[in-house]
Formats: sequence, C-alpha cells, structure tokens
Amino acid sequence: MSSQAVAVETRKSLDQNDVILEVTDLKKHFPISAGIVFQRQVGAVRAVDGVSFQVFRGETLGLVGESGCGKSTTGRTILQLYRPTEGSVRFEGQELSTMTGNDLRQMRRRMQIIFQDPFASLNPRMTVGSIVSEPLQIHKIYSNKKERQQYVEALMEKVGLNPYFINRYPHEFSGGQRQRIGIARALALEPSFIVADEPISALDVSIQAQVVNLMEELQDELNLTYLFIAHDLSMVRHICNRVAVMYLGKIVELGPVDEVYDNPQHPYTQALLSAVPVPDPAVEENRQRIIIAGDLPSPANPPTGCNFNTRCPVRFDLCFEEPDPPLIEVRPDHYVSCHRVT
Amino acid sequence: MSGTLPQGAISREEKLSFDNLSAHLVHPIETLLLEEGSILAVLLDVKDLIVRFYTQEGTVYAVNGVSFELDEGETLGIVGESGSGKSVSSLALMGLIPSPPGKVESGTVIFEGRDLLTLKPDQMRLIRGKEIAMIFQDPMTSLNPVLTIGTQITESLKLHEGMNTSQSRKRAADLLDMVGIPDAYRRLDDYPHQFSGGMRQRVMIAMGLSCNPKLLIADEPTTALDVTIQAQIIELVKQLKDEFNMAMIWITHDLGVVAGIADRIQVMYGGRIMESGSSHEVFGDSRHPYTEGLLGSLPRLDSSGEEKLTQIEGSPPDMRNEPAGCPFAPRCDVRERLNLERCWDERPPLETVPNAGGDETHVMSCWADIREGVA
Repeated sequence: MSSQAVAVETRKSLDQNDVILEVTDLKKHFPISAGIVFQRQVGAVRAVDGVSFQVFRGETLGLVGESGCGKSTTGRTILQLYRPTEGSVRFEGQELSTMTGNDLRQMRRRMQIIFQDPFASLNPRMTVGSIVSEPLQIHKIYSNKKERQQYVEALMEKVGLNPYFINRYPHEFSGGQRQRIGIARALALEPSFIVADEPISALDVSIQAQVVNLMEELQDELNLTYLFIAHDLSMVRHICNRVAVMYLGKIVELGPVDEVYDNPQHPYTQALLSAVPVPDPAVEENRQRIIIAGDLPSPANPPTGCNFNTRCPVRFDLCFEEPDPPLIEVRPDHYVSCHRVT
Repeated sequence: MSGTLPQGAISREEKLSFDNLSAHLVHPIETLLLEEGSILAVLLDVKDLIVRFYTQEGTVYAVNGVSFELDEGETLGIVGESGSGKSVSSLALMGLIPSPPGKVESGTVIFEGRDLLTLKPDQMRLIRGKEIAMIFQDPMTSLNPVLTIGTQITESLKLHEGMNTSQSRKRAADLLDMVGIPDAYRRLDDYPHQFSGGMRQRVMIAMGLSCNPKLLIADEPTTALDVTIQAQIIELVKQLKDEFNMAMIWITHDLGVVAGIADRIQVMYGGRIMESGSSHEVFGDSRHPYTEGLLGSLPRLDSSGEEKLTQIEGSPPDMRNEPAGCPFAPRCDVRERLNLERCWDERPPLETVPNAGGDETHVMSCWADIREGVA
C-alpha cells in the first residue's frame, strides 16, 4: 500500500476537489432502423451504456478498451458532438447535455478535441494558417488580421512547426507534423480541457514519442486537462494519471494508472494487460498470458447479466443471473465492476 | 519438385482427424535430417537486393542493398517504420513487385538452391502459395469479398495438391478447425464479411498453411487487430509454426510483438538493414543509434512512466532521394555528438558489432560504436 501511495504521489499531485468534468450515467444509443418507406426503430447499438466518472483539473485520464467498446463515442458525447441519449455531463459546473445554440458554442471554447487520423481531420483545401485560425474567426477573436496571423504563427511555433509554412497545405506535411497542426487548432481558443481521440495511433513509432512529449509539455505549460483515448496501453501508462477501462459501453475498472496496471482486479483488465507485448525478449519468455477466447459481442445485442460473461475466464452463475455489477471502490480511488471482486 | 514431399492426395474414405492431418502435412523431421545433414540448413539466402520504383514523381529508392539468411524453422522479425522497405523486400522475394513501376534492380534470392528472381512466372507460381506463403496485414482487403471462404482456401489445394472438390473441402474444413474457427465445415460457405477481423485473419492463416509451406511470410498480420485478438493470433501462429516446422518472416513496426516471437531481429531504416542479431542481442545490447532511439521512444507496460520518452528528432526520410551515406544520418544524435562527416557520404557496411558479448551473428551498419563513443 505504501509503495502504491508513493508511486501515485510522484506524479503530479492532483486536487481531487477541483472537478473539471463530471459524467453521470451517460448513455448513447444509436438507433437501428428498418423499413423502406416507413422507417421504424428495430433496436439500438448501445455504444455507451451508463458511464460515470470525474476528471480532475490538470490530470490526464486515460480511456482504454478494444475497438467498438465505446471509448471514442464517450469522448464525443462529452463534447456534445453526439447528443447523449441519457445522463448528464457537467463541465466546469455547467450542464452540457441540455445546452444548445450559442451557449454550447461558447462552451466549446473551453473544450476541444484532437482527432486520430491527421490525414482525414484536416481540410485538404485549406492552408495551415486558415485551419488554425478558423476557430478564432468563428469566435470573433482578433478582428485585426495581422494580430491574428501573429497569434497563429506563435501557436505554430509552440507546437513545433516552422511558422514559415503558414501558407502551405496539409498534404505537404508528414503525419507527425499534421498532428501538430491538429494540436495547434485545438489550442487556438485556449481551452482548459482536451479530448485526445487516439492522437498517436496513426503515427510511426519514432514520431509517437515526439507528439506525446509535446502534449506533456503543453499540459504543464497551459495547465491542460486531457481525456486521452487510446488502445496503446503502454503509452497510457506513460502519459496518464488515472485510467478507465471500458468494455462494451461500460467502465469495468477505474483507478490511478500504477495501481490499475500493477494490481488489476477485473478479469478483463488482467487479460488486456497480459496481452500487451513488452519489447524485451527476456520478459516475454517468462510472461503468463491470459488469452480470452472469442470476440467482443455486438453492442446492439449485449449479453444479459454481466457484459463480459461471454468471454470471462472466471465467470460463475451470479454473472449470468444478476444484472451488471456496480462500480465499487476496492481500494482508495480504485473502482471495479465485477461480481468476483465484490 | 514435389518428389520428396508427402503428397496431399487423401482417399475419400479417410476421415481426417487433427492428428493425421498434421501427419500428412508436416515433413517428418527424420527426412530433413537425412536430406540436409542438419536441421538448421539455410532455407533462404537474400543477397544485395535492390528494389526501385520509377514513378512520375521520381525514382523511389525502396530497398537499397539488403542481405540476410534464414535457417529452416527459424523466425526472423523484420522491424521498421513505414517506408523502411520491410514490406517491399518481402514482396520482392515473393516476386510480387508490380512492374512497372517497380523493378528489382539487382540481387539474388536463393531458396532451396534456386534463385527465385530468375524464375519464369509460371515456375514462380508453383512456389508461391506452396513453398512460400504469405499473410497480409488487412484480412478484409486481402480476401476476395465475392467468393466464399471455402472457394478461396480450396483454390490453392486444387492447384498445388491436385485435390478434387470434396477432398479439398474436407481439408479446408480441417484447416479452419485447426486455426480455431468453430463449426468449420458449415462456415466454408460463408463470405469474408460474415467473419470478424480476428476470424478473418485466422482464415488467412489457414489459407497460408494449406499447402504446408516451408516459409511463411507474415506482413503485419496483427496490426489491424485489438490486443486481445493479437495475443490469440500470436499464440496460434507460434503453435502452428512448431507443428508445421516452417520458417517464418514476421514483418512489423511493433517491437513488442517480435520480442516474444522472433529468434532473430532485423531492424530496417531507409531501405537498409541497420542492425541484426538474436532478439536478446538486439533488445538487450542494441548498438545502433536508431535501434537505441526506437527502444527509448517506447513506453513500457511494466514500468511506471515517470521519465520523459527520448524522442528521435525529425521525420523518416523521403525515399525519393537516394541517400549517399547512412540513411539515418540526418536524425542521428550520435553522428551529431561525435561530429562524424563520413556518415553523410559513405554507406557504412553491415559488419559484426565490435566488442559485443554475443557471437558474430550480431551485425550493424554504423560508423560509430555508441557504447565506446568512438568512430
């Protein structure tokens, strides 16, 4: 326990009272329709199905899980890019899920997103300058054109791009540089909270470290809060303070990274961590893998009982009979949703 | 060419169970010992391979002199970033470089005594899929969406093993069963879109193994998959590799994946081999500045990430310019620190690592020795 506490302490100390974002029982269901003339809803993809967590100011919360588990949808629903089906999202004390129009647009100045694919998320017909300054125009900051350009150039410098390239188009940049453009655009309105949706997974290995180091530097400098969505669990351990593991639209485990990685409680987290290869043959030779069979069930038709009961290696009758196990605190700040644990 | 191989012709009545399937497919180890004298004979010998693409935007210098050997039953991991030439060199030895625009400029690829690069297309066709099989990164784009899985697996069985429809379907079902697809016989009539990503990759593996190849080339087979599925596939391939006693080339950008699977690692950059050695040598005693930088830029799952990642500055080279010297020179911090001029205009040869604890298999291509700090 003491070693855990030390490990947590050496990371940036977090003020647990300063909650920047509070998500409560968030659900996002996408309707499945049938019929040619008369469309009717025949079901729903339960992409996010009751997710609750808090994000503290200045921290990086990792959101991990396999593709299709709803981690990206969670990020986008928080920013109201998708409107939630149910539940509440409170950002800096204000409820976002009912907010519309200009109020919401004003909130977007304080929360931004960095997308996964730097090739698809930048308009190929716009220059870097116009991409980065577009948010400034929309929010009517800097009426003076020259000041705006100076600000954009300063931003480019901040993210490690040569301001000389301000009039170039995205295709003239490499993947890593494009991701820097995406970061500059996200920073243009000086947000306090950024959803980073797999910002490095499309990049080459030697470029990933550059972008991650940049994100860390910017966080220190600008006191940013990140929701870091990723499937690279090694990188999440490196960059995040806390981590939430998602499976089929629900959070199954949540806690400080070192605590979760060194002492995973949920069988899914254990399997997920054991599946990640370590770049060291000496370690690999002695590793015990927990191989979970099968694939992720369809979120349109989740299993009854615990979501993980189709693949769980330690399931028992309760997992099929009882509905979802609640997220329970098993150690300080470490929450697990499993009948075996609780 | 199939004289020494156990032919796959199986009588209709014979019910193929898992075990006698392997008996039919696997070269008995004894024959190998008799034939070769040693089980570790060289299976593949690639020398000075140079591949270029002549495009409208200029010549792309994709592979610039690559040489390596592969022993029977050995697993070689080829690691590199995009554009390093790792995939192109393996496509070249399969004779799959589209020409034009691509051209294998020079080099030899000796596979069991024959130079694959000099074979005629129909001779090569007898080797491809039978002696050397390949599985690709994205199983959705490499499977034909309008043909059933059964049709696609049985195609090579009919072509190479001369089986009829019912024999080949039986064998295909057994193969699918072996790679862990439940209800295999019925699923032969399904189309690729009816399988999940992991299942599709299993189908690809079954297809690759169908003719009992001596060499399997896996080009980023798990990159499109989730980690839990990746772990399933890696376990499966490891187990099948032993069962089929084949050699394997595993191409990836993920150093973690090859650490667990490869006997030997070859690190590529800019179309050239930077460092090569046993996986313990390359990971535990890396000598090349690029390998070192790559390992330093990777966070580790098994250590808490307090320290900053070391980053390699700059971006990968534009392969349209033929590098006169070492392709890594523009990004190399060792070159900068030691102020080495020759890195710019002289190509370092691939030589045994000086002062290495290991044996002569640990080679690298660098003018400096980063451990000693000397040129």
